[in-house]
Amino acid sequence: MLSKRIIPCLDIKEGRVVKGVKFLGLRDAGDPVEVARAYDAQAADELVFLDITASFENRKTLISLVERIARNIFMPFTVGGGIGGIEDIRNILNAGAEKVSLNTQAVKFPELISASAKRFGSQCIVVAIDAKRQGDSWEVFINGGRTPTGIDALVWVEKAARLGAGEILLTSMDHDGTKDGYDLELTKSVTQKVNVPVIASGGAGKLEDFYNVFARANADAALAASLFHYQEYSVKQVKEYLKERGVAVRL
Amino acid sequence: MIAIIDYGMGNIHSVAKALELSGAAISVTNKKNDIAACDKIVLPGVGAFDDAVAELEKLGLDLLIKEQVRNKKPFLGICLGLQLLLGTSQEAKEKKGLGILEGKVVKFKTQSGQKVPHMGWNNLKVVSDDCPLLKGVVSGSQVYFCHSYYPDPDNKSVIAAITDYGVEFPCVLWKDNVYGVQFHPEKSQAVGLKMLENFVNLC
Repeated sequence: MLSKRIIPCLDIKEGRVVKGVKFLGLRDAGDPVEVARAYDAQAADELVFLDITASFENRKTLISLVERIARNIFMPFTVGGGIGGIEDIRNILNAGAEKVSLNTQAVKFPELISASAKRFGSQCIVVAIDAKRQGDSWEVFINGGRTPTGIDALVWVEKAARLGAGEILLTSMDHDGTKDGYDLELTKSVTQKVNVPVIASGGAGKLEDFYNVFARANADAALAASLFHYQEYSVKQVKEYLKERGVAVRL
Repeated sequence: MIAIIDYGMGNIHSVAKALELSGAAISVTNKKNDIAACDKIVLPGVGAFDDAVAELEKLGLDLLIKEQVRNKKPFLGICLGLQLLLGTSQEAKEKKGLGILEGKVVKFKTQSGQKVPHMGWNNLKVVSDDCPLLKGVVSGSQVYFCHSYYPDPDNKSVIAAITDYGVEFPCVLWKDNVYGVQFHPEKSQAVGLKMLENFVNLC
C-alpha cells in the first residue's frame, strides 16, 4: 500500500538554510546537507528545498547545492523557487533532484507545464499553488504570495493537472503560520478536483492536524516547516501517531 | 568498473554515489568504448520514452547495449532505464524500445481510483527468491516510486518482485544478466542501497 508522506520543507538562501532550523547536535544548522541528513535519520519521506533567492549568480550556487545534496542523501527531494524555464528545470533534475516545483512562472506561462512534462515526464513536475480564501472560493497568489491573480484556485489546479503537472503542492495562505491545522476544506476541494497526488501545506501545529488532512481531506502528503525545524515534533513522532490511528506510513 | 550511461536523461549523481558506497569504481560516460570496457552497465533515466530512445540512438548506444547484454554483461535499468528494455511503450509516439525483454510498457489506469503518477513509498513483494539483486531484501520492504507507466513483460517468469497499486505490477524484472527496477533504489535509503550493493557484488 502506498504510504502517506511527511515532508519537511527547507528555505534556502544563497545555498544556506534560513529560518531557524534548530537541531540539537548539528555542527552547522545552516548547511542543507546536514539538515537533510537529520531529517533522513527521522524517516522523512521526502524533502522540499525552496530557494528564496533568485538571481542568476545564486542559481549556480543552487545547482552545486543540489548536486551536493544528491551525492549525500539517498532520499527523494524537490527543488522550487524562481524556476524560469526548461533550462532551469533540466539543470536541477540533472543535478539530482527528483522533482521541480513551479509556481509563479507556471501561472504566467502555463505552457511551461506542458513543455516540461513532455520533456521530463509529469512525475517530476510539481505545480505549487498559493491559495487564499476570497468569499466562496480561493484565489491564486504568485510572487511568494504577494500578487493576487484573480484566478480561481480550483480552476487553476484542474488546468495544471490537465497540462501535465504530476503533483500539486497546495499552500493555504490563510492557514500558513497559524498552527491551527491544515485547511481541510481547501485541500479536500482540490483532492476531489484532480487525480494527481496533492501535498497539503500551511497550518500544521498538532499531531492530529496530520491525521485530519489525510483522513478527512484525502491529502497524499503533508508538508511542514517550523514544526519540525523547532523540534516541536519529530517526523518520527508524527508517523508513529498516524500509524496508531491506522494511516499507512513508512517507519 | 561500472559504466553509468549518461545520455542526458536526468539524474546520475545519486546513482553514482550510491554505487560508490558499495565500493564500486564508476565511470559516468556516453562513449561506446568506455562502456564496452566496463564490466557492468547501469542505465538510469527519467523523462519521456521517445526522447530517451532518440538520445541512445544518436549516441549509437542502442546497438551497443544490446550487444553488451548478449555478451552476458550484467545490466541494470532504473525507472525509465528499465522501461527501455521492453519492446514498446504506450507513452511512445514514434520509437520502439530496445526489446531486450519482450513485452510492453503500459500506463496506470485512473479508473481504478488510484492517482497517477504513482508517487511515494510503496511495498514490494518478492516473487523470485533466488533473484541475486534481491538478496537480503524481504517482502514488505518499502521503496520509492515516481512513475506513471510500468513494465508488462510477455514472459511472466522474468518478474522478480511486484507492487500493489490498484493493480499488481512488476517492479523488479530479472532475466539472466539483465535486471530492471521500476522504483529508484538510489532514493530508497537502506533497502535501495542494499540492492545496488547486490548489483555491485554480482560476479
